[in-house]
Amino acid sequence: MSQEYKEIIENGLWKQNPGVVQFLGLCPTLAVTTSVVNGFSLGLATAAVMALSNASVSPIRRWVPNEIRIAVFILIIAALVTVIDLGMHAYLQALHAVLGIFIPLIVTNCIVLARVEAFAAKNDTVPSALDGLMMGLGLAIVLAVLGGMREVVGKGTLFSGIDLALGPAAKQFVVTVVPDYHGFLLAVLPPGAFIGLALLIAGKNWLESRRAAKAGLEPPQPAAMAHSH
Amino acid sequence: MTDSLIKHTASTTAVMIGFTIVGTLLLASTFFATRTPIAASERAAKLKLFEQVLPASLHDNDLLNDGAKITAGGDLGNRDETLAYRAKLAGQVSAVVLEATAPDGYSGDIKLLVAIRADGELAGVRVLAHKETPGLGDYIDIGRSDWIKKNFDGQSLAKTSDEGWHVKKDGGQFDYMAGATITPRAVVKAVHKALKYFSEHREEIFSAPVAKEAT
Repeated sequence: MSQEYKEIIENGLWKQNPGVVQFLGLCPTLAVTTSVVNGFSLGLATAAVMALSNASVSPIRRWVPNEIRIAVFILIIAALVTVIDLGMHAYLQALHAVLGIFIPLIVTNCIVLARVEAFAAKNDTVPSALDGLMMGLGLAIVLAVLGGMREVVGKGTLFSGIDLALGPAAKQFVVTVVPDYHGFLLAVLPPGAFIGLALLIAGKNWLESRRAAKAGLEPPQPAAMAHSH
Repeated sequence: MTDSLIKHTASTTAVMIGFTIVGTLLLASTFFATRTPIAASERAAKLKLFEQVLPASLHDNDLLNDGAKITAGGDLGNRDETLAYRAKLAGQVSAVVLEATAPDGYSGDIKLLVAIRADGELAGVRVLAHKETPGLGDYIDIGRSDWIKKNFDGQSLAKTSDEGWHVKKDGGQFDYMAGATITPRAVVKAVHKALKYFSEHREEIFSAPVAKEAT
């Protein structure tokens, strides 16, 4: 694998992870992560949108005049999201019922436009698609982990609702982590999302600084809270 | 100067229009391609819900295509026009499925599906949509507890007097869980209202012409 691709993958999944480093797309991160299945499903949908939007913007980037590029990008992203929304509604009805209102909101998830503008508008098609996919997967992993934390603490289960995504037969995959658990409401309510995300960010920074200390280097600067949407 | 400005504007506009046309074409074709599967999956989901409140033995007709119109703002208190679906056995109405809304939930409307047998007895009630607090008020949802089954199945106006149609805290006979009284109170009230509506408009619902699905 070339150095360039390796870097793109590393950036998306870890170094520039949109969920815990760039803090882009916090709205769905906080809203849907009440369970692993919800979080990961929306993450995958976002990743699909990002890969497709990056892949479609990159080949046309030379024909889009600078003044109207944002409008064209948004048009492309919105069209792709609507296509995915309709597709899910047609073939994944139950999951669509749960995530329904969040799917159209992927358009406004600024991580999508951010990657189109910052990467796809300047790079070739294949690396652009890879960048979108990896950034999306990075976000999906954060959503899944955060969903898992909130689900275990809040409801004492893991993978509840997986039958909505994979059919009734998948119901056996639901794990009851704490039997006869009465639930811890705070974790499922919005504050749980903020606390969980904070723990994830702290955990990532701790890992980074430990790694840096081992290598005898200066600890890296923690991510700046410059922009968040 | 003006020339180049006009030229620039024209080319930019052309590009924008071009992308708009491509985008619109893409959306229109996806919409037409998914229209039938979406309608089918919505019907399937609705039928599955109906099965929960209505035993299959109660009907042999195409339930979803036998709706009677309930106009907005009537005795049922619905804000928008809804349909009462008639379950029939050999042409005779055996039960009616109503969509009722409890407007006074703890946080917003609680939407209910209420199935009433022709004799006025409840065949079943389910919550379609609610925004009650997770872990507190959401026990009205069948996925959380069987409260709604235990309290409403087989209930009727004949079995329980008007005074009885309250939660126990208010002197009625319906269970509630401490800490979340507003939610069951709203549900009990809405179901009671639906039963009363049915008993007052029984013949009207039975004989109304088949109405098209409200969209």
